[in-house]
Amino acid sequence: MTSGLAGWVDTRLPIVTLMRKEFGTFPVPKNFNYFWNFGAISMLLMVVMISTGVVLAMDYMPNAAEAFGSVQHIMRDVNYGWLVRYLHQNGASMFFIATYIHTFRGIYYGSYKSPRELLWILGVVTLLIMMSTAFMGYVLPWGQMSYWGATVITNMFAAIPFVGDAVVTWLWGGFGVDSPTLSRFYSLHYLLPFVLVAVVLLHITAIHKVGSNNPLGIDVRSPQDTLPFHPYYTIKDCFGLCVYLALFAVLVFFAPDLFGDPTNFIPANPLQTPADIQPEWYFLPFYAILRAVPNKLGGVALMFGAMAILLALPWLDTSPVRSARFRPIYRPLFFVWLASIVLLGAVGAHKPEGIWVILGRIGTIYYFGHLLVVMPILGRFERPLPLPDSISRPVITRNALPRGASVAEIRP
Amino acid sequence: MTGMQTAPIGPSDAVPRRDILTLVALTGAAIGVAGYAWPLIDFMNPSKDVLALASVEVPLEAISPGMGITVVWRGKPIFVRHRTDAEIQQARNTPLDQLSDPQDDRARVQPGHEQWIVVVGICTHLGCIPLGNKPSEMRGNLGGWFCPCHGSQFDTSGRIRVPPAPSNLPIPPYTFESDTKIRIG
Ligand code: FES
Repeated sequence: MTSGLAGWVDTRLPIVTLMRKEFGTFPVPKNFNYFWNFGAISMLLMVVMISTGVVLAMDYMPNAAEAFGSVQHIMRDVNYGWLVRYLHQNGASMFFIATYIHTFRGIYYGSYKSPRELLWILGVVTLLIMMSTAFMGYVLPWGQMSYWGATVITNMFAAIPFVGDAVVTWLWGGFGVDSPTLSRFYSLHYLLPFVLVAVVLLHITAIHKVGSNNPLGIDVRSPQDTLPFHPYYTIKDCFGLCVYLALFAVLVFFAPDLFGDPTNFIPANPLQTPADIQPEWYFLPFYAILRAVPNKLGGVALMFGAMAILLALPWLDTSPVRSARFRPIYRPLFFVWLASIVLLGAVGAHKPEGIWVILGRIGTIYYFGHLLVVMPILGRFERPLPLPDSISRPVITRNALPRGASVAEIRP
Repeated sequence: MTGMQTAPIGPSDAVPRRDILTLVALTGAAIGVAGYAWPLIDFMNPSKDVLALASVEVPLEAISPGMGITVVWRGKPIFVRHRTDAEIQQARNTPLDQLSDPQDDRARVQPGHEQWIVVVGICTHLGCIPLGNKPSEMRGNLGGWFCPCHGSQFDTSGRIRVPPAPSNLPIPPYTFESDTKIRIG
């Protein structure tokens, strides 16, 4: 029981009890590795993005005449403006790095499989919201890359049959990307993060219902398999956070423009497209898929399909075994798939000519082939390795046995 | 497990090790949060370009005795008023014990320029702009300024004489560049 003021509040609004249940005594599998840190890291980055964004909005001017200048004003005149803006700009990259690792961890360890399908879908939705928010945020500084990025991405919607042109005009609020486009992007860029917070809360609600997956991918069988969330995982998350924030600080203080494009230091010019145009790194694989298809509608459909297909992942993967550790054929293929995404990222960063066109097509084919062909078929005939009886057993055998003792000795 | 073996057990262990670790961790976190919050808070203070607009020059030739003009300095109205001899005498002859915010008129003007009173034209009650800078406006019983919002009255030295305003109209920093020109800020 809680006493004092907290107790008074708690008997009327059980917030202390709730926090204790969900983040204190909440039982969590005891065999998490460091990949399980990235959910908490992503959440903290979300808080960083929202808090820096709210103050940046105070000095930013969302209209075509003043936007570029107001960003320079923030960088030069406003107290700590350079710091807050670089935190926000690089925070986006750090947020994507953490969320991508979180996503690939989920795929590798089969965290999307029953009963966590909805949890997974909510996760993909947060990723989609993040991507739209990031895209609109990149338009706001109103440099050349902002302007032409906005032009290219919005023009994709022209590929929609029949109504495409009308949709694009509607998106722009005019006949080209201009002030009305900028101010509506700004409005949505401020709105979507709060939608993101709501979906993340649902994501957390779902995980507290179905429980966390773990590196072995087997279910929790007994209390011996778990640890209370606090202090074991609060401490582990804090440690991971400290390391990650240290990297973030190195980026902000020593290489703040590492992920930026120099072209965006030139104010937007609707009459001249820059020679090299490419999106932020976190969109490069999708950009490569867009260009791999020699057809406008096909490219756009495939690019959006690359994200949409992830929603179906729980049903595309037919294997009953969650963790790739116990799937001898799937495991190497997962890394091939990962390599195809990295390859697509490299393709996206190069001009579509020569070998890059071919590589882009190979990457695209494997990306979709893996999800649509390999996963459904492999699950049916692959023979998984024997699964451990429980989470505690491999933990005991791997870490806590005296030197020289063998696993057989402690088997009943 | 090793922790349990090495930690001394007994009354000497008055503060458990975990309490110290918790305290250190929470202190570290508090310092981190404060260090993060400070730039975000300071962000909202006036920026360098706002501070750079901090001074204005005001020519005085055109202001005849009894008249006043209002200039904008840092976004605020500044009353620059040319006092008549009678107005100066009135301000000087008021005994200090009649004032609720006692201050000598000599301390509110610059020596050799007693005819010029320069005050921030914002009522010290709740921020309205008092009337009376132009002779055609209401000046109240003391011939200084009269605040239309809640009836505060200021004398010809800008001192509060009739509440609710609690204190005198503040004097902005200014210097005489010549007899006919001042620089505020
Ligand atoms: S604001 Fe001037 S009297 Fe209240």
